Amino acid sequence: MHKLFKLAVLGLSTALAIAGPARAADAPDPANWQAVLDSAKGETVYWNAWGGSQNVNDYIDWAGRQVKARYGVTIREVKVDDTANAVAKVVAEKAAGKNESGSVDLVWINGENFVDMKDKGLLMSPGWATKLPNWKYVAFKQNPTITTDFNTPTDGLESPWGNAKLVFFYDSARTDAKDLPKDTDGLLRWAKAHPGRFSYPAPPDFIGSSFLKQVLYEHIGDTSKLYKPVNDATFEQDVKPLFTYLDALKPYLWRKGADYPENYPDMKRKLADGELGIIFAFNPSEASSAIENGELPDTVRSFTFPGGTLGNTHFVAIPYNANAKAGALVVANFLISPEAQLHKQDPQYWGDPTVLAMDKLSEKERRKFADLDLGAATLPPSELGPVIPEPDASWTTRIEAAWKKRYGTAR
Amino acid sequence: MEEALRHGPLSARPPPAAAMRWTRLAPGLTLAVLVAPLAFGLAFTALPAFGYLPALGGHVVSLRYFAAFFTMPGIVRSIALALGIGLATGGISFLLVVLFVAGWAGTPAFARLQRGLSPLLAVPHAAAAFGLAFLVAPSGFLMRLASPWLTGLTRPPDWLIVHDPLGITMTVGMIVKEAPFLFLVSLAALPQLKLVETRRLAASLGYGRIAGFAYLLAPALYGQIRLAVFAVIAYSASVVDVAAILGPTLPAPLPVRLLSWMNEANLSMRFVASAGALVQFALVLAALALWLAGERLVGGGSALLRACGVRFRRDRWLRFLSFGLVVLCAAAVFTGLALLALWSLAGLWQFPDALPQVFWLKTWQRQLSEIAAPFATTLVTALVATAIALALTVACLAREDETGRTGGRRALLLVYLPLLVPQISFVFGLQVLSLLTGIDASLAGLVFVHLIFVLPYVFLSLSDPWRAFDPRYAVVASGLGLSRGAIFRRVRLPMLARAVLTAAAVGFAVSVAQYLPTVLIGAGRLTTITTEAVALASGGNARVIGVYAFLQAILPFLGFAIASLVPALLFRNRRALRT
Repeated sequence: MHKLFKLAVLGLSTALAIAGPARAADAPDPANWQAVLDSAKGETVYWNAWGGSQNVNDYIDWAGRQVKARYGVTIREVKVDDTANAVAKVVAEKAAGKNESGSVDLVWINGENFVDMKDKGLLMSPGWATKLPNWKYVAFKQNPTITTDFNTPTDGLESPWGNAKLVFFYDSARTDAKDLPKDTDGLLRWAKAHPGRFSYPAPPDFIGSSFLKQVLYEHIGDTSKLYKPVNDATFEQDVKPLFTYLDALKPYLWRKGADYPENYPDMKRKLADGELGIIFAFNPSEASSAIENGELPDTVRSFTFPGGTLGNTHFVAIPYNANAKAGALVVANFLISPEAQLHKQDPQYWGDPTVLAMDKLSEKERRKFADLDLGAATLPPSELGPVIPEPDASWTTRIEAAWKKRYGTAR
Repeated sequence: MEEALRHGPLSARPPPAAAMRWTRLAPGLTLAVLVAPLAFGLAFTALPAFGYLPALGGHVVSLRYFAAFFTMPGIVRSIALALGIGLATGGISFLLVVLFVAGWAGTPAFARLQRGLSPLLAVPHAAAAFGLAFLVAPSGFLMRLASPWLTGLTRPPDWLIVHDPLGITMTVGMIVKEAPFLFLVSLAALPQLKLVETRRLAASLGYGRIAGFAYLLAPALYGQIRLAVFAVIAYSASVVDVAAILGPTLPAPLPVRLLSWMNEANLSMRFVASAGALVQFALVLAALALWLAGERLVGGGSALLRACGVRFRRDRWLRFLSFGLVVLCAAAVFTGLALLALWSLAGLWQFPDALPQVFWLKTWQRQLSEIAAPFATTLVTALVATAIALALTVACLAREDETGRTGGRRALLLVYLPLLVPQISFVFGLQVLSLLTGIDASLAGLVFVHLIFVLPYVFLSLSDPWRAFDPRYAVVASGLGLSRGAIFRRVRLPMLARAVLTAAAVGFAVSVAQYLPTVLIGAGRLTTITTEAVALASGGNARVIGVYAFLQAILPFLGFAIASLVPALLFRNRRALRT
């Protein structure tokens, strides 16, 4: 036993000595795409992605089979409950001096997590996204959120994957369409009239946080404050209307706010059973896709607020110490190919809106997008209403913390 | 024979030196597997807990992370929940098992139930918890069955049943799994009690069946299963997967919160989580201390009742109640498993429909390619960990035979150690260790950490039948001229084949069910059916949960089925060996 202990200590100390500071390996250059393809072959890309939605998991699995067949790149999805967990891994690796062969190769990201990684220098640089061969299809001119993520320039450090817009859903068989709210104040009135039939996922779930931001945007008065970093001096005052609203809402929430839905797929399940009457998601085709998969009845319909709802773009990024950078680039490039974007927008699979510009596609590809059957539960793009751009990322972090402090322990 | 008689049994032929050396190493190696990771793990949890972990920027030893820990919102409640759920699960499971054994041991109904309860042990906690959630939630199967004709409801009631703030659903979820475990441990101890004679004696003196058992036999039985009860309390106070599926959320029991802090981007939370992991250790010790105090109280109370001559003659109602509750436990788990299977095949299935409107294979078809990798990891890890555990156990037991000494009570305690120390308290440290050494999530690491938990169960499962083996078979074989190795291979192993295979099935089931060690050491890159299933717990699609949890439950069953079929095939022409 004694000898064994000595041996273990010896082994440990040598291992510690080896794991000294290391420098980041040279990043592959997407301008030389053939070289990227060559070194990507045989790599395994550990893609850290929020794993709460089955459509997304299935889509990633499909993408994995495609890039395996075409480029010899293997995708392993690492499902995280919160993108911050993936950020945490890279932060810890950097702190421990692991500057190469990191455990995260690609991360599904946007907003405060992107800003956090960018600020801490945790992303592969220089910017690479705009040099990807398929960037030529991307609608970066039409859609400002592709180059500005939560008020922060992306600088090519992340590559767009899909567009998102807050949309609400209800079951027309159980909820009367006449009563549907037109803004968050209307939603509060609806909740009071239908106690226990509305709720939102507990922040820091991103859909829950988005609901808070929607309420804040409608109630803060001077919305320009939201597009600057949080001002510590006025923060309490600025968010006061938000918490007044939430306090008023709480007694009428599902389970009276003693428990919250986990995330939007959880709300979907509760809509199917009639536990909730109005739910929301960031994907306008969420309901069509769920009807397709037997998760929701075909009587579900969607609506949005005439005054606008939050919208943003979601991306993929590569950590500075990723082990399979070339492979990650190949995957990021595949994800913005017309084919992959078409598959993604099809409600049979996911229904997530494309980030590509239709006028940059070939006639044939354009027709395929136009011919997609979005289903009766999806609003046509013309009826989705105005997009409210995401507030500065610092707001997300701060209101999540304030929410936790107020409602994080029941009663 | 003559030679054997002259030299005494088994000393006739000295075994080959190589074989001797190998078994001589076994007890030390086993001990190292059980104790070294615990010691290292706890040490590397303690370092960051006290603020020292230079790799993550902690240079100063201080108590400030403990201070930070105790200022986390709702922390007292989280601690109280873990403590309460641990003690309640241990206490209620123990009471149920003792009442049931007292009231029914030796009856035909007991024998029948025994066969029904054994498979419960193989069902992983997470699968049982999912099944229970699908059964008792306001939108669950029971409400669906009763709606709308009885309840008048067309939408689920707004009741806080699953995730209830007091953790009652979670405690029930733990009891339906832990009571069968204690029951099977008690079964192993029963033959050492003079059950029939004592019952007759007690009855002749006018004591009810339960009172007679409680006064005369329960103390002896308790002595045999005490460590198992401790393990149940420690495990229930530290469990993460069941808590995530059924437990309270605002706030969650301590272990769940520790795990989430460990994953926060703010690195200082890791130090706080480490401090919390030590608090978790203290919490389990406190729970055990409370239990020990309870032991005295119950002992004193029982002595008092005895002295007062309480005979509790009319205990029929209690006997039937205990019977009913045990049946209910089994029924809940099995119905839950059936519901998992049903959901995995369901299309649209809205409340209050008792059955899905549509059945389809779509969910299975879509999941097949995603399941492949976690399925392979589950299988390989479980098989390798079980094989190593089995080899170590057999070598230890063979060494016992050579030396004629068993480890005794102290060795038993060491075997139980990994089941008593909360997983989170030392697996955190092992994770820190892997970060420090820069070793990535590897299959070898996963197998090793599973081995820590598989080995005790394999050892506990195999040691009794092994020690009960009649040594005269070996004497006879030796007399017939067989070498020691040949005796081992040709007499002992075949005769113990069933016990060895059962131990292997137990080890396999334990490995399949591991959640926390897999999550921490696999770091998300190595996933098993269990970690995938629990990851889906956060509101995932019920159909997909059905697929994963059903698979998770079916794997250990297959293990046990193989364990019982192989001897039947192997010994198809040896009737006595088949049973």
